[in-house]
Amino acid sequence: MITAGIDMGAKYVKVVILQDGTVKGKAIVLMGFDPLEAASACMKEAAEKAGIDPGTIDHITATGAGRKAAPNANSDITDVGAAAKGMVHVKEGVHTVIDVGAEEGRAIKIDAEGKVIDFAVNEKCAAGAGAFAESMSRALEVSLEEFGKLSLQSDKSIPMNAQCAVFAESEVVSLVHAKTPKRDISRAVHDAIASRIVSMVRRVGINNDIALIGGVSHNPGFVDAIQRSLETDLIVPEEPDYVSALGAAIVAGERNK
Amino acid sequence: MNENKKEFWRWKEYNWHDENKDPKSADIISAGVDVGSVSSQAVILLDGELYAYSNMRTGSDSPNSAKNAMNWALENTGLTIDDLHYTVGTGYGRVNVPFSDRAITEIACHARGGNLMYGNTVRTILDMGGQDCKAILCDEKGKVKNFLMNDKCAAGTGRGMEVFADLLAIPIEEVGEMSLDVEEEPPPVSSTCVVFAKSEASSLLREGWSKKKVLAAYCSAMAHRVVSLLERVGVEKDFAITGGIAKNAGVVKRLEKELNVTALKSKYDTQIAGAFGAALFARTLTEKQRKKASA
Amino acid sequence: MKANYGYMDGSGDFFITIDTDKCIECEHHACVSACPVGMFEIIVDDYDDEVVAIKEEYRKKVKYDCGPCKPTSERPPLPCVEACTPGAVSHSW
Repeated sequence: MITAGIDMGAKYVKVVILQDGTVKGKAIVLMGFDPLEAASACMKEAAEKAGIDPGTIDHITATGAGRKAAPNANSDITDVGAAAKGMVHVKEGVHTVIDVGAEEGRAIKIDAEGKVIDFAVNEKCAAGAGAFAESMSRALEVSLEEFGKLSLQSDKSIPMNAQCAVFAESEVVSLVHAKTPKRDISRAVHDAIASRIVSMVRRVGINNDIALIGGVSHNPGFVDAIQRSLETDLIVPEEPDYVSALGAAIVAGERNK
Repeated sequence: MNENKKEFWRWKEYNWHDENKDPKSADIISAGVDVGSVSSQAVILLDGELYAYSNMRTGSDSPNSAKNAMNWALENTGLTIDDLHYTVGTGYGRVNVPFSDRAITEIACHARGGNLMYGNTVRTILDMGGQDCKAILCDEKGKVKNFLMNDKCAAGTGRGMEVFADLLAIPIEEVGEMSLDVEEEPPPVSSTCVVFAKSEASSLLREGWSKKKVLAAYCSAMAHRVVSLLERVGVEKDFAITGGIAKNAGVVKRLEKELNVTALKSKYDTQIAGAFGAALFARTLTEKQRKKASA
Repeated sequence: MKANYGYMDGSGDFFITIDTDKCIECEHHACVSACPVGMFEIIVDDYDDEVVAIKEEYRKKVKYDCGPCKPTSERPPLPCVEACTPGAVSHSW
């Protein structure tokens, strides 16, 4: 049996193809202007890597914010459900999944099978999401990648007043004018987002092991900030971008039976 | 090239004083200074009547901004800060006004100022400032009955509008009129968050929307958002809008339509309500002080 | 007076309302010590009344600071609301 999961995120489309439970191919494509085109291109690329014809896939399950628009999907599943399912497959023993992307964040409490028990969401406001860090890195004129690394070099905690990304930009600019080192500003920004994410995690309860997925898990400054705030280590999967697409592909397998 | 570097958000600063009034003949010269996060205003009253005011951009430190605004209001009046009998500071930087006698919150000052500027029938005052939005219900004496202030989020504030003016490279003062110049009202942008609305607007432009249409979509989203904020305190007639956004017809007209009320007009500048209220408080406090001294 | 402290952002309305007409009658202001993060304080407001308010530094993040008192399931009564005997404190979310 061949199944596929397609994750229609805000910025990227991700596809994972499974054959009898084993990953055969995967791909990631920038969303761009045309979601349909990006989705088709991503599916084609993953199928090529898997060495199959896309037409032979038995069941496709879509997830992500744009899941209803996924072409040729047989079913869909929420972001929360897909992330939970994918994460237990990647690592056993995970009971809390923190999923933070560019535009939203979620904390999900799951059981051993990857079933969702409870979840809390932060959305529609850039304050608790990756977009906040992106805005601040632009204000500091450093790349997002460098921005995360910079924060690890700081051992100073400067509180940030502004909660809104728009206001925080002016705050960052005045910190720069006050000759505050960029590394300290970077840490302040990461700590600010981390504290918002952690308060969301506290709402569902902190149950070890805790995994972090989504775009921001690539950012070491962010991982460090959340770990300090939670006072516990996080599990970051090797390929965090594919966890939800993998979860959707597993669900596709269950639904095709 | 330089055109691209233009600061489209930057508005003009100004001052004014009534040449027909003689400050020397006044019994009480009271003043209010409203140090906001974006702009600062100073108002000087002669026995409770408006004599002079100024509106400037707030600089990096509050004490200087307060002083600059006050000195600019006093320009060519023959008065100096030392001639003021009582000064009340208000706004975000109110505790940092070195020459003030007392600090009073901008909520109380707006209610008091609105009561004079729009008449004592005014019950709901919506102040749309640079970095906050306030909804105030008040009684016939200008006393606050219910209020809320939102300074956490840039949506619904002047700063949010500035981000859009910059994105579309349109001078901030022209945004309102331009947004009304559309054949058909487009649906509002769906994101409330300014950061997300900005990326939404960028993709609308790429889809071929005109700048005017994008502005219309943003102004109507802003109006809608402010309406839901107002609903928390409840809108009672008469209704007035103060602050910089009160000068943006694109937001005001859409707001009036959604609320089904017409905002009161005033002969005074909408941005001086807070400082005006502070100066009125200052007048009352001078009288109290004199009574106490003579007792 | 109804004083609403908090904010509204893309994700919703987050206000803690203090009805000062009720608050003014209270002698012990038990809410101040009931809040686990210490958000409440006693102030003299613009009309010279002694009432409780939410401290400035918490006003922009009540959603986050109130988080621990508001678990997603099995929610107990809020300590601040329970402690307020005159019934002056309420939350919008």
